[in-house]
Amino acid sequence: MRAPDPARVARDWLRGLGEFTLLTREAFVSLFKRRPEFKDVIYQLYFIGVKSQSVVLITGAFTGMVLAAQTYYQFHRVRMDTATLAVVGVGMCSELGPVLCGLMVAGRVGAALAAELGTMRVTEQIDALRTLATHPVDYLIVPRLMSTILALPLLTIESVAVGILGGYGLCRMYLGDYATYAWDNMTKYTNVSDLITGLIKSVIFGAIIAMVSCYKGMTCGEGAVGVGRATTEAVVFSSIAILISNFFLTLVLTRLLS
Amino acid sequence: MIEVRNLQKSFGGHRVLDHVNMRIDAGESVVIIGRSGGGKSVLLKHLIGLLHPEHGEVLVDGQNIVPMNERELIEVRRKFGMLFQGAALFDSMTVAENIAFALRRQRKCSEADVQATVTEALELVELPGTENKHPSELSGGMRKRVGLARAIVYRPQILLYDEPTTGLDPVISDSIDKLIISIGQKLNVTSVVVTHDMRSARRIGQRIFMLYHGKIYAEGTPEEIFASQDPIVHHFVNGIAEPRQHLLDDI
Repeated sequence: MRAPDPARVARDWLRGLGEFTLLTREAFVSLFKRRPEFKDVIYQLYFIGVKSQSVVLITGAFTGMVLAAQTYYQFHRVRMDTATLAVVGVGMCSELGPVLCGLMVAGRVGAALAAELGTMRVTEQIDALRTLATHPVDYLIVPRLMSTILALPLLTIESVAVGILGGYGLCRMYLGDYATYAWDNMTKYTNVSDLITGLIKSVIFGAIIAMVSCYKGMTCGEGAVGVGRATTEAVVFSSIAILISNFFLTLVLTRLLS
Repeated sequence: MIEVRNLQKSFGGHRVLDHVNMRIDAGESVVIIGRSGGGKSVLLKHLIGLLHPEHGEVLVDGQNIVPMNERELIEVRRKFGMLFQGAALFDSMTVAENIAFALRRQRKCSEADVQATVTEALELVELPGTENKHPSELSGGMRKRVGLARAIVYRPQILLYDEPTTGLDPVISDSIDKLIISIGQKLNVTSVVVTHDMRSARRIGQRIFMLYHGKIYAEGTPEEIFASQDPIVHHFVNGIAEPRQHLLDDI
């Protein structure tokens, strides 16, 4: 097998980035200028939001409990047991809640969006839409983008809430009645800005998941192989984009909101 | 009226359309024939702006659609209806929802009018009572009929057919041919049909274009094309393969 030509790989990558940027611009212009079909948005909200509940709740609860357990073991050595839940609160609100929620939704919803649009592309359904005087961005991407942007902050709030409750349950197990002090410390050290940071991140992660997955689906290669590859790439690229953008968002939002 | 001027298109360095020129008058029924993979569907998709050429012009009612963007093309596409090779029905919708799609998007008709138009379109394609079926429950021929109903329901001026009878048995193919002819007459539309089914081409076409090596190789009435003594046209319309003499010699 011949090694790929680096110049060609770079050219293809740059072209892809350009196409993605133009598609994103088109989708956001359409989102603000044109009215998407209400029933499509509701259906996508149900699919993206309601059907992701179990995944997000389980992830949030166990992450909160693991974080509480690890923090308790370390803090117990220096007799700071009652600070455990404060770490869980700040960690879940600003980092773990939005990031893990984003990654789980990228896995579940990103794959489904890419597979659905990819199949529509290879069976010429997207071309059929265009012949019926319908812009695919208006009809296919905008309802998905809007629903993901709306659903992800709500899912993040749920994830954070069950994470903190899980952590509190663990604190009660280890600290007994002293868990009340841990709860009090959490409310003292977890600021509204931590929650706002998490919510802003979740909106941006929602946009990343929707746009990357829709782009991969709309530009997928021919046949089952093309759809399979688009699905994998949608999940991988969404996840990587979430992790990288999270770093920069943390830097920017911490400075802006603190 | 559609006019194609010096159209060129390549895929991966392979030139599929090479300076194609053709003119289709309003109300005319035109058939494009040629070998499989010869660029017929590519040419058809250029007529409605689904593909962009590297060079050349496509004029629809005097308007060059090549430099238009996707939003500008929406208005032009309202003049067209298209039947795809695999029908390309929306598999998440019922037959009625597929057919009503364009009407509901236009938001010009009441729901009662939409329902009545869908019923009428299904009667026209001889599929009454299938409104609530899903595409997965239909045979290949039925899907093409539903695709046709979806394409004609908003009364387009131009109908494009991409291999309407491919993969269908002769009886169903015959019924699709008759349907295309009757729709052309009833709705007075311009029809452009891509096919390599010679029986269909002879019946449907008022004029036939033959695409060969990316160029319009021959053009004429069905009688002229089928009577042609040009070896390439003659072999194609009569389905005669060119013998590979060197292979035969080896054997």
